[in-house]
Amino acid sequence: MSNLEDLYREIILDHYRSPRNRGELPTPPAHRVEGFNPLCGDDVVIFLDVRDGVLEDIKLTGRGCSISQSSSSLMSTVVKGKPLAQVQSTIDTFKELMTGHETSLSNDDEHDDELDLRTLGELAALQGVVKFPVRIKCATLAWNTLRQGLEELASS
Amino acid sequence: MATGQRVTSFSARRVRADVPQLTRVVNGRTITYLDTASSSLQPRAVIEAMSRYYELRHANVHRGVYQTANEATEAYEGSRASVANFIHAPGGAAEVVFTKNTTESFNLIAKSWGAANLGPGDVVLLSEMEHHANIVPWFQLRETTGIEVRFIPVSDDFRLDLSHLDELLRGVRLLSITGMSNVLGTRNPLKELAGAAHRVGALIAVDGAQSVAHGTTDVAELDLDFLTFSGHKMLGPTGIGVLWTREEILDDMPPFLGGGGMIADVRTDGYTPARGVTRFEAGTPPIAEAVGLNAAVRYLEGLGMENVSAHERDLTQDALTRLELTFDGRVRVIGPLNTLDRGGVISLDVEGIHPHDVAQVLDQFGVCVRPGHHCAKPLMRRFGLAATARASFGPYSLKKDTDVLLEALEHTLKMFG
Repeated sequence: MSNLEDLYREIILDHYRSPRNRGELPTPPAHRVEGFNPLCGDDVVIFLDVRDGVLEDIKLTGRGCSISQSSSSLMSTVVKGKPLAQVQSTIDTFKELMTGHETSLSNDDEHDDELDLRTLGELAALQGVVKFPVRIKCATLAWNTLRQGLEELASS
Repeated sequence: MATGQRVTSFSARRVRADVPQLTRVVNGRTITYLDTASSSLQPRAVIEAMSRYYELRHANVHRGVYQTANEATEAYEGSRASVANFIHAPGGAAEVVFTKNTTESFNLIAKSWGAANLGPGDVVLLSEMEHHANIVPWFQLRETTGIEVRFIPVSDDFRLDLSHLDELLRGVRLLSITGMSNVLGTRNPLKELAGAAHRVGALIAVDGAQSVAHGTTDVAELDLDFLTFSGHKMLGPTGIGVLWTREEILDDMPPFLGGGGMIADVRTDGYTPARGVTRFEAGTPPIAEAVGLNAAVRYLEGLGMENVSAHERDLTQDALTRLELTFDGRVRVIGPLNTLDRGGVISLDVEGIHPHDVAQVLDQFGVCVRPGHHCAKPLMRRFGLAATARASFGPYSLKKDTDVLLEALEHTLKMFG
């Protein structure tokens, strides 16, 4: 069952059982964005409170599997209070992690990647998802929705 | 059907031994296949029939005059006759159109019969337990013709609520409904529904995808007008489906897809469609698949559909009882709890644990179930669910499959509880 334990790390189950930053923010001032996975019917709603280029607050609702719920919970703890540029780069790094190309932990030459991984912190627990290709979309749903929300804010 | 002498010959263990894929080992355990409602597994007879066809007899049909071309045509048309016999089509092979699958069969009804016969104000009556294949084509037809699409509600006991059927039937030209729900396992009272539809001058189309491989289907006895089903859900191959309809309806239906094989004549100023079922079979048809389907039909007939039905009813009753005893409500069955008018499809809500997580843990035990909305989103909404984990039986299923399912579900509850 080692594979299954790779997927369902304790930290993932913890965020699934007790999701962080769960709830809603009043709109306005917060921006509301909704993401949907038509294949499994999962959805996520994210409320973003951005002030002076900083993501001051983030709340999430929605329903989904343990992977999508824990990924969105973990995401919220990592991006909350961060400048938008840093949020953006965290999104990029996480998406990169989910493509399965991540090898930098064992490669001393690639310092840039290593730095990026450090910014992921607990999110690295989601690495095991890569071994289960059909579940990657579960892990990335909240991230794609967050990116969409930031794009909507930037263009408004 | 001559099942009399076959009653004692049915053995699920023998069926199991006939299906090569059931010997596969996944994650260190022999596969426990509980996803027949999604797609059935094929017995060797089907696989070998298709191989033999490709090895020795392949040629295009309805074209050549050489030996193998004749053999291919005979094999293809022979399959049509077998299928007609299997569903007791009164007009025989002349009423059986080969399509790609059930979905294409419904599209054919909607886009050919529907577009030619229905107009603004005409009603197509469906039910809340339909597969998207029997919903979306009607919504598409609504866009072009202005028909009304109406739904028979499903009651809290997971059966059709027929208390207002007379009202719902007002203005109805077609009642299009599933023989058995792919989520709930509920079997619908087709004969009663056919009678009600005919009394108001409407036709009845039945989605047989979940029902034809699990019991006897007699379109004449049920008094149906259309029946759709797929090869791969009845031990046959993917890529072939069936639309059965009565000959007089067929004769009034305009062609569906255009091309070779479906014409009587083509000139520079137009074309004349062929008569009969070939009018709906443009292009080279799925010949090897028809050969495989024929083998599947013969295999099922050899088992005896009454025997298959009795076997699966026994498995379903056993599973429903043990799910209740083992989990005491922590695992909820989304469907009828008795086997009266119910097939071997068991949708589960595992104490709020997401079906994708349930299915993922089950996979570690080699258990194949289907998580998701099962292409029945209106039904999911009706019961406030996003998805279920669905286990389903076939003629090769055994009670030991349920043993493994229960073991894996216990592990799932421990893990996420």
